[in-house]
Amino acid sequence: MKYSQEIACSKDNLRLVRDFIKETLNQYVIAEKEVHSMVLAMDEMCANLIIHTHHCNIDDSFEIQIIVTENEGVTFKIIDEHEMFDLLNYEAPSLDELVKTQRKGGIGLILVKKIMDNITIRTENGKNCCCLFKKVKVQ
Amino acid sequence: MVDIQKINQNGITIVVVIGEVDASSSIDLDSAMNETIASGALKIIVDCENLDYISSAGLGVFMSYIEEIKANNAKMIITGLNEKVFNVFKILGLDQLLETADTRDQAIELLK
Repeated sequence: MKYSQEIACSKDNLRLVRDFIKETLNQYVIAEKEVHSMVLAMDEMCANLIIHTHHCNIDDSFEIQIIVTENEGVTFKIIDEHEMFDLLNYEAPSLDELVKTQRKGGIGLILVKKIMDNITIRTENGKNCCCLFKKVKVQ
Repeated sequence: MVDIQKINQNGITIVVVIGEVDASSSIDLDSAMNETIASGALKIIVDCENLDYISSAGLGVFMSYIEEIKANNAKMIITGLNEKVFNVFKILGLDQLLETADTRDQAIELLK
């Protein structure tokens, strides 16, 4: 089953992202802790896109797709005309480094990489698509 | 989305965080923490019993004050984290960097 939502690029819409994912996944039997992890990872991805790629321009938007495959897991797609941040080659700073430099940012993408099982970036129908898969028991 | 209250109780500053902290609302948590630490508070409890959600933007706020708290010889304890939020602490290894307690009362005992 596939679900889709258009998101305008405002930080205020992160709540809409979380609600869309939560409401979609709650139609299935998935452990609450896993739902929370997936909501968090997608919140981080969308926050990064809204802030760093679109500079919070409310006139810009991107699409989120959720594909639930029973007995396999959940695939999330973020589809955007703008170029995606190269998450695959991103070298995350260590926690010690972040603490020492007193930086507030930098841990969101660490979380995404720790939570998701597979991440790919590709082009689909002329648009950029970041595909994130979480292997999880779905009924 | 987030409501932050501050209570001073017998020399302990209690920062109560209610609601959700994300990239949009983390600025409010940052202001409250900055104000608390700048005021010279030496014993700080961050009560998260009614914190429903926190993203990296909020976690980054806590992390960014670790060094300053150490330099001030102050102590900060985060309390009342629900299972889902504590799981995020564990995923990142923050449970090793930030002191936590189950309840506010336990934290008060630890700060005595």
